Amino acid sequence: MRVFSLGIFRGLIGQILGTAFGMALVVLLRLAMGLPAWKAEPAIVVGAMLGVITFLAGAGMFSDWARWARGKDTPLHHGAPEGKPTWTRYFSVDYNHRFIGVQYVMLSIVLLLFGGTLAMVFRTQLAQAQLNVLGAAFFNSSVGVHGFTLIASILIGSAGVANYLVPLLIGASDMVFPRLNAFAFWVNVPASILLIASLFIGGWDTGWTAYPPLSVRAPVGMQLYFVAVFFVGISSIAGSINVLGTIAMRRAPGMKLFRMPIFVWAMIATGIVALTATQLIALSFLMVMMQRLLGMGFFDPAQGGNPILFQHLFWFYSHPAVYVFVLPGLGLISEILPVFCRKPLFGYKWVALSSIAIALAGMLVWAHHMFAAGMESFLRVPFMVTTLIVAVPTGVKIFSWLATIWGGKLTFPTPMLFTLGAISVFLIGGLSGPPNGLITTDLFLTDTYWLVGHFHATMFGGFVFPFFAALYYWFPKLTGRMYSERLGRWHFWLMLPAFWVQSLGQMYVGLQGMRRRVFTYESGLHIGAEQLAVSIAGFVIAISVAIMLYNLIVSARRGPMAERNPWHSRSPEWQLPTPIPEVAYAQPMQVVGDPYDYGLPDSAYVRLRTAPAGE
Amino acid sequence: MRDNAKHIAIASVLALVVSALLLLGLQFVQLLPGPAASSQGVLVDRLFHWEVYVIAFVFALVMAFMLYGIVVFRRKPGDTGEGTYFKGNTPLEIAWTVIPLVVVCAFAIASGRDLTRILQASPNEMVIEVTGFQFGWRFYYPDAGVSSSELYLPRGEPILFRITSEDVIHDFWVPEFRIKQDAVPGQWHSLRITPTEAGDYTVLCNEMCGYAHAQMLAPVHVVEFDQFRAWVTQQKAGAPPAGTASTVGTGKTLVDQSGCLGCHSADGSESHGPTLKGLYGSQVQLEDGSTVVADDGYLAESIRDPGAKIVAGFGPEMPPAYSSLPDEDVNAIVEYVKSLK
Repeated sequence: MRVFSLGIFRGLIGQILGTAFGMALVVLLRLAMGLPAWKAEPAIVVGAMLGVITFLAGAGMFSDWARWARGKDTPLHHGAPEGKPTWTRYFSVDYNHRFIGVQYVMLSIVLLLFGGTLAMVFRTQLAQAQLNVLGAAFFNSSVGVHGFTLIASILIGSAGVANYLVPLLIGASDMVFPRLNAFAFWVNVPASILLIASLFIGGWDTGWTAYPPLSVRAPVGMQLYFVAVFFVGISSIAGSINVLGTIAMRRAPGMKLFRMPIFVWAMIATGIVALTATQLIALSFLMVMMQRLLGMGFFDPAQGGNPILFQHLFWFYSHPAVYVFVLPGLGLISEILPVFCRKPLFGYKWVALSSIAIALAGMLVWAHHMFAAGMESFLRVPFMVTTLIVAVPTGVKIFSWLATIWGGKLTFPTPMLFTLGAISVFLIGGLSGPPNGLITTDLFLTDTYWLVGHFHATMFGGFVFPFFAALYYWFPKLTGRMYSERLGRWHFWLMLPAFWVQSLGQMYVGLQGMRRRVFTYESGLHIGAEQLAVSIAGFVIAISVAIMLYNLIVSARRGPMAERNPWHSRSPEWQLPTPIPEVAYAQPMQVVGDPYDYGLPDSAYVRLRTAPAGE
Repeated sequence: MRDNAKHIAIASVLALVVSALLLLGLQFVQLLPGPAASSQGVLVDRLFHWEVYVIAFVFALVMAFMLYGIVVFRRKPGDTGEGTYFKGNTPLEIAWTVIPLVVVCAFAIASGRDLTRILQASPNEMVIEVTGFQFGWRFYYPDAGVSSSELYLPRGEPILFRITSEDVIHDFWVPEFRIKQDAVPGQWHSLRITPTEAGDYTVLCNEMCGYAHAQMLAPVHVVEFDQFRAWVTQQKAGAPPAGTASTVGTGKTLVDQSGCLGCHSADGSESHGPTLKGLYGSQVQLEDGSTVVADDGYLAESIRDPGAKIVAGFGPEMPPAYSSLPDEDVNAIVEYVKSLK
């Protein structure tokens, strides 16, 4: 029975019971109303929603809040639960931001593996023209599940990095709302289960964009997907409230805005978008859900609805969401690059404000996804202009990174390799963007594989490569041990060229007429060799990620002990002892300089009172 | 400082050499599928090629400086010093903000001008109504009163496609014409194309529309004007005289072009729906446990009202998009199914 002391198992049981209870409730209600007892769709929707809540209850997420509501004392518990080993903290509700950060990262990797495996499965089918081993129904469902699983993985992964880093970087011992923080993580677990289940319970053949009327007709898996998105979205909103609040309220003395580490700036920009736009995707999906359940004809032309309305609501979040995905990653590049260049980040203020500029301009570009959709013709022009303007602050970042490299003294451990690789990949993604932003060329490119190549390059350059860089970079602080550089280099030198092949290959087949989301294609397109190359490259990337996981798991247990500050970083978290004490900054740290003044003699960024800085 | 100027000079030369090589190399790669076959597509191609040139230049610039920097500024063994201490350069920041801004605005203006030309109506344009449905296309020529599942276009004539859908969102795209337009249920949207090259092309549905989206294709024939007229006359004269052989032929054409094969194979292989081969006259096991004989009536009913009798092992997934097929089309399909022994 010891397994039940883990919150996650109690939560899973809660989810099963709650789902069953929700379904039974619908059956009883229908009986009471004199309807036939069983109707799958309402039963599944109510069951799924209730299941998420009972998961949280089972996991113990509500215990403190319930005590609070009853007027009892709810002191924040610090440290491992009594009589339990430390590792159990990762599988139960815990209020320490670093444990929550690791929980997020672990869930992100689980979703990355699931979504990546789906990609391997359907890339096998696409390796050759007119192959159909999966069947169209499974293929169509799996591309949608792949899409949103990885979106969730990215949201959760960047939330994880932010949770771990933001308080450490600004000298706070925890987030401003620790319980909300735990809630924002745990709600993702049942949501992820629903997302994966949606592939097997009915499936849904719309792609992650779920455009009605197709999404109104899609199988019941569609509803599970919507419920999953609601809860992942709630996590995103709650998480961004916490990050913004923490940055506003918990900065160490002396940490003025323009002395914050650059990743913190990136998280402000991310937080603004996630806090204000996420509601819109939930709204658009809720409207489809209600059209399916109750026949409200929001998007049904026969009832006066308009299918294009959905697209406006959907993209109002789902375009800015792209910046939620990449801004944290770009922040990580700016954070890690100066350490291995031994030079200040070039144009700190420009880089910081470019994140804000991208976030704000990015909220005014959504309709560029709809140039072929049938929106008002000339309304496309202002959206083209705003879209292209986003290229400018993005360019500022890339040029600033080049100038940071210039005149440095570069070393190339694995995190630096991934940072530089990220720049090259993000460059491909960034440069392939403007042709989609220009209306006339977009009318050719939209919904082809060119676009698939473009956004995979953006996501890998803007998130996956920097995320991997971050995993290697903070691994010694997290585990106290060093990963294997040799395996790290294997991972990088397999993944980077493979990704280039995949990305350029996808763009090329797109130009030749390969459409997005097709389960098969005609041999007449003459893209057989390129498609095979893309599939092989995908498999190489999968192998390289397996090498990383092996490296990190084995090194966490048996790697050589790491120094306190192996990268000679100026950043505060590296001045703390390893492992970081439960309360990281028992005495507040003092900011005494600029964060990236590498090469400025006798300067420091922060002064810690509890632990001596440096080695 | 002199060192720095030297490094920048070398990297700049490198950037120019790499971009020259890239641009040269691009001359040998055919990026687009054949030359554009419409006058609107020519505009798209011209702008796209300019985009590619600028992309190649910026790519070369960034990669040259990055790779040169990586090589030249790597830490030498035994060196424990820090890099050169400098934190920024405002004129440089302004330059790389303003120059890209000017470049993207120039492109936006170019694309905006192209857009007005793409939207431009011509005095004598021929209207063709395009209807997308799961999973096929229907083309109606209102002037001639002709409906077809193949798209015949006269070369050099401006055409106004009026596009709609019967069920979900589809997208009308011929890659060689370059530009595309979604087909939205309940709405009519316009797309103007002037085909410039005679030849055979394919309409592809380019918006995820469900199970057989990948196979939602229709043939396009761009022909000379007199050939087009001949085709219209032939269509107006109606289908070729009745007769088993040609009815079967019509049925086969309908099945091939209406998207049926997306779910129903004609050769007995397994697919999403029941196969058509050997179906006629067979005993069909239904979902509710009963059996029926697949006779003419059953087949016609299953085409027009697919939910009426569900075959055991399959779901009620066939779209009711074929309910309005004329009798002779249904008969032709039934005759064709009969021929698949």
